[in-house]
Amino acid sequence: MKFSFSSEQEEFRSNLRRLLRDRSPAKEVRRLMETEHGYERDGWRAMNSALGLTAIRIPEAYGGYGLGFGDQCIVLEEMGRALLCAPYFATAVLAAGAVMNAGSEAEKQALLPGIAAGDTTATLAWVEHNGRWDAEGTALAATAERGEIVLNGHKSYVVDGHTADLIVVLAHAPQGLSLFTVDGSAAGLTRRVLKSMDSTRKFARLEFDHVAARPLGTAGGGAAPFDRTMVEAAVCLANEMVGGAERLREDALAYAMMRMQFGRPIASFQSMKHKQADMLLEVELAKSAAYYAAASLDDGDGDAAANAHLAKACASDAYMQTAVNAVQIHGGIGFTWDNDTHLWFKRAKSSEVFLGDAGYHRELMLQKWTA
Amino acid sequence: MTETNEDTVRDEIRAWLEANWNPDYGLVEWRLKLAEAGWGVPHWPSRWYGRDLPVGLVPVVQEEFKRIGAIGVAKVGIRTLAAATILEHGTDLQKEKFLLRILTGEDIWCQLFSEPGSGSDVAGAVTRADFRGNQWVVNGQKVWTTSAHKAHWGLLLARTDWDRPKHRGLSYFIIDMKQPCVTVQPLRQMNGYASFNQVFFTDAKVEPELLVSDVGNGWAVTTTTLMHERRGADALRSWAILSEKPGRIYKEEREEIRTTMEPYKWYPQRAGRVDLILERARASGKINDPVLRQEIAKVLAMSKAAEWTARRARTAQERPQGPEGSLGKLASSIIARAAARVHTSLLGPDALLTGDDSPVNGLLAEILVSVPASSIAGGTDEIQRNIISERVLKMPRERTGDTEKPFKDVPRNTVG
Repeated sequence: MKFSFSSEQEEFRSNLRRLLRDRSPAKEVRRLMETEHGYERDGWRAMNSALGLTAIRIPEAYGGYGLGFGDQCIVLEEMGRALLCAPYFATAVLAAGAVMNAGSEAEKQALLPGIAAGDTTATLAWVEHNGRWDAEGTALAATAERGEIVLNGHKSYVVDGHTADLIVVLAHAPQGLSLFTVDGSAAGLTRRVLKSMDSTRKFARLEFDHVAARPLGTAGGGAAPFDRTMVEAAVCLANEMVGGAERLREDALAYAMMRMQFGRPIASFQSMKHKQADMLLEVELAKSAAYYAAASLDDGDGDAAANAHLAKACASDAYMQTAVNAVQIHGGIGFTWDNDTHLWFKRAKSSEVFLGDAGYHRELMLQKWTA
Repeated sequence: MTETNEDTVRDEIRAWLEANWNPDYGLVEWRLKLAEAGWGVPHWPSRWYGRDLPVGLVPVVQEEFKRIGAIGVAKVGIRTLAAATILEHGTDLQKEKFLLRILTGEDIWCQLFSEPGSGSDVAGAVTRADFRGNQWVVNGQKVWTTSAHKAHWGLLLARTDWDRPKHRGLSYFIIDMKQPCVTVQPLRQMNGYASFNQVFFTDAKVEPELLVSDVGNGWAVTTTTLMHERRGADALRSWAILSEKPGRIYKEEREEIRTTMEPYKWYPQRAGRVDLILERARASGKINDPVLRQEIAKVLAMSKAAEWTARRARTAQERPQGPEGSLGKLASSIIARAAARVHTSLLGPDALLTGDDSPVNGLLAEILVSVPASSIAGGTDEIQRNIISERVLKMPRERTGDTEKPFKDVPRNTVG
């Protein structure tokens, strides 16, 4: 098992960090989060095609680089750090993951090159009003009508669902749980962006009224690739989260070093020092778990799913706790809209819940270990 | 020259072990062979029993030892700290005199830092060493000294100058523990064991060549030892399982482990015995309690994450142990406390009992009364947090009242 990054990876990380610092400063995050789409298509496309970000994990046969989770997670960690407003997680993790896990050769040929090139944005729609993060809550129905597959029902909490060009949908077909793809502009599909607490990551509600769909993978064979996609998504999100957590920790430290009270920097008070030490410990443990989980996926480790749940649970607790402490260390200013801390606080909260909270993932982890 | 990497190292050690390993060797005999070949401590300098191997590649060598069942150099006890300290600060004469017998396990060592009046503030030591005639003469009292009653040698921190500020008046010595002017008394702990000792020096002698580094530089040397101790505390969480294999060398190793480890018997319990949680949860039927499941999962997850963090730190660091070791130590004590809470829930009313009236012959009860040591021994959690914030995060240092003035003018404990 790998416990470190190669010098190429470190260089890639620092270049990406510099680029994101320039392209996605807090001011830009604030501008984009106020837009309905939540990102700007042209800006994102230019950045993505320059760096090939959505292509990283897609095999070369479909226009990608064929790299592993270890590499993709560097991108996610840096995006989480910069709070980049872009449909990356939805497109390159959820949708591309589902296509790679479920799709036939022809389907992969048809769908992946567009994603790799950055021409197609995409997402995965699986949760419904019942709010279940696993497949058990699925009610949306796929039926055959006049030789065509049509979808009826709804999906909710669909990340970037209001803007995606391509939507991968989990549905019940007569043969069982199956995956389908539909166009974002399909007739009968109504999309409404929800008022997200974290406006840097937007969720949508989708209503399906006789929407024409194409199969993805075999009918009735959706459960395994869907589960696999969820495991991968948990690892990717955990890596994105530790990037944000580390950024918050560093900003809170810088503030404490600068802020003077009682004639000395507040960083000189032992209560602050011990809080910062605890924050460092928690973030470092979460980072290790996130990195290890990514390496487990690349290695095909039998414990990969358990490690994914562990990483998401750790990241949920660590990011949120760091955010709570970061606001506290900033004091009154940390509760204002003008201070940037709340942007990451809200991402911490939304990521804590998205894909299932820490308790949910701890339970799944324990089930894997006691199976 | 070919590049040294995981594969070349693996091939090399595998070939060497296949050619040389034989369980019919005597323990010391085999370890002398290891020291000669440099495979016992491959990350040490080639001049001193090593092979200059990057620290990150040591696990590869360990894996190969494990695969073939070969025994390594003596690793347990204070002797590892002594080796690391001598390697970094010692003279060639000291390296010559001590390192080999540390590796073979022939010498037992103890650490003489803490005193009744200086616990967290180790630099406040008042045990004195005065140069009289042609040697150092030591007077004072040390405490929390593991294995002092068996030790051949001790790592001693003593004050040599009372007119200089506290950190600058200290010196570091290697003292002969078998001399008559050193007396040792056991110290009984809250968990019933007496693993530590108090050590009294009454005109004890140290030869001038056993001063480590310069007079007045004792604090820098002590810091080296303490950094290694923090890393070691992390390693103690996983316990060496006694090999049942036949062969002379295994028999001798079992005997060595039994004697050296005797004072550390309760250390796994001190660390919380995370390894027992799942089997205890199954045995008690509480594995199905959803609230407890969450608590169990929290401990197991944190324990794994801490293990991975330690490995990540080791891989990233090609330099000597830094203050990052404090992160691991802090993690261990948080895990230990959480594990003790889980074990209490799993025990139910049996947590009221101890000894052979309680499950697993008192082992679980021992966890509950041993865990408090993990957040104190080797530097309290509070001290670890100071180290992390000051040395890793570069936050301002604590204000102290004793770092500038002559140590003789510093207010200190009159009674230990």
